[in-house]
Amino acid sequence: MDFYFGLAQTVGIHTLLGLSAYIVLLTGQVSLAQAAFFAIGAYSAGMLTVLAGWHVVPALGVGSLLGAVTACAVGFPALRVKGLMLVVATLAFGEGVRLFFFNFDYQVAKGGIRVGPLGGEGFRQIRFFPEHGWTTAEVMLFIWVFVIGVMALLWWFDRSRYGAVLRSVGEDEVAAQSVGINLTAVKVSAMTVGGAIAGVGGGLYAHYTTHIEHANFNVLLATFAIAYPIVGGLRTVFGTLAAVIFVQAFLIEGLRFLGDWRNLLFGALIILAMNLRPHGLFGRHSA
Amino acid sequence: MLELKAVSRYFGGVRALDGLDLTVNEGEIVGLIGPNGSGKSTTVNLIAGLFPLTAGEIVFRKQALRDVPVHKRLQLGIARTFQNIRLFGQLSVWQNLWVAQNSPEDRSRRGFFSRWLGGQTRGRKEIAQLLEFSALGHKQDELAANLSFGEQRRLELARALAARPKLLLLDEPAAGMNAEEIGQLRQRIVDLRAEGITIVLIEHVMELVMGVADRIAVLNFGQKIAEGTPAQVQSDPAVKKAYLGGS
Repeated sequence: MDFYFGLAQTVGIHTLLGLSAYIVLLTGQVSLAQAAFFAIGAYSAGMLTVLAGWHVVPALGVGSLLGAVTACAVGFPALRVKGLMLVVATLAFGEGVRLFFFNFDYQVAKGGIRVGPLGGEGFRQIRFFPEHGWTTAEVMLFIWVFVIGVMALLWWFDRSRYGAVLRSVGEDEVAAQSVGINLTAVKVSAMTVGGAIAGVGGGLYAHYTTHIEHANFNVLLATFAIAYPIVGGLRTVFGTLAAVIFVQAFLIEGLRFLGDWRNLLFGALIILAMNLRPHGLFGRHSA
Repeated sequence: MLELKAVSRYFGGVRALDGLDLTVNEGEIVGLIGPNGSGKSTTVNLIAGLFPLTAGEIVFRKQALRDVPVHKRLQLGIARTFQNIRLFGQLSVWQNLWVAQNSPEDRSRRGFFSRWLGGQTRGRKEIAQLLEFSALGHKQDELAANLSFGEQRRLELARALAARPKLLLLDEPAAGMNAEEIGQLRQRIVDLRAEGITIVLIEHVMELVMGVADRIAVLNFGQKIAEGTPAQVQSDPAVKKAYLGGS
């Protein structure tokens, strides 16, 4: 049973990552910086529980806040460029953050051992959950409270005027500004919300794996972040969830018996899925 | 109300607009005609702020527009339609009008408190009126991309009106329409003027622009070659030469 709880934890955390890219994609922006906001949430929340002895909930709040603040700060300069230039700019930022953590040492002695991030060796012993006796099932439920909360928030956004404004910017920026929509404000706000979601996801990730290092937050993770909403379609938040289940549960775990052939099939299935459902698993049928 | 003073816009070596002077008075319908590539759309794009002026000045209600970004110009009261329809295709007809409610009153009405004090109801009522005005009420939940060409033109006009503009820039609104649709469009333009909206109309369909415009300016190669009432412009030898060529 623990295997399924563990899988549900992975699905939940990757859903948060995908949703952080979902709201940014609604405005037509492709950001490869989501893994960086995720890393900032992971390191800051981990440091607060391990080094400062905080409870995990406020630590996640701070991780989320730092993710949002960073995303907002990155958004202003980065969103002046579009398309491929934005991809390159956010990629460069993401790698910059990863290299920062590669070189980041901040250890203190606690009960005889030194804890905290140690550069390339990573940040070990983020043991809030085991120290407080949480079972795998409890950790899974804890993660899913956040997943459901974020999905509900984005679902509500989508029904509100704000959601329609995000989509109008994604469809046609010239028309959107001509009807009085402030493009910078809309894009930066979407980026900020995305940063907050990624920050929470990262904080949860740090605590359930108990060990993080810079290599966890590389370009592959950033690619997964945008792949989920693209594969799932931008019509509703459930598309992203479906894509995460498709990739994590079916492609990665379900096909494990295929051994190395899995990687080959993995790419082929994604291409197949996108050909059969060009607007995503949950996308619209109309062209 | 609107004043263009020696407005120029060059694209590389191309002088799309070269020293245009034009005044539009409150309540007027001013026609802007000229052969393809004469600078008509460039003029509208400059007034709407889509790209910066190379030289000159545009003044709207005593305010110089040079540093006013596009979305702020709408809030000042300048709305437009596009030559090639630009709707939000994956949004419904209703949502297309909803996102376009960005006048200063609309924005203040969306404040946290006023929203619950009837602000939302008023916004919805205005959308219903616009749908009625453009005969799109039965299509309000349809995706804009699925509308017919004529319906898309009507929706784009309604979307421009959603922020209750004082000045409306229409860039070839009759392009691709049949005679019946042009007749309806003409009636709508006349109705809008009666409501006090000033209109700049770019149009190739002569019967429309000659029929509704109070004054017409003729452009050719980025310069104004004639200006006057429809009758004056029609009999101007320079205009005939520009349209028919020859010497």
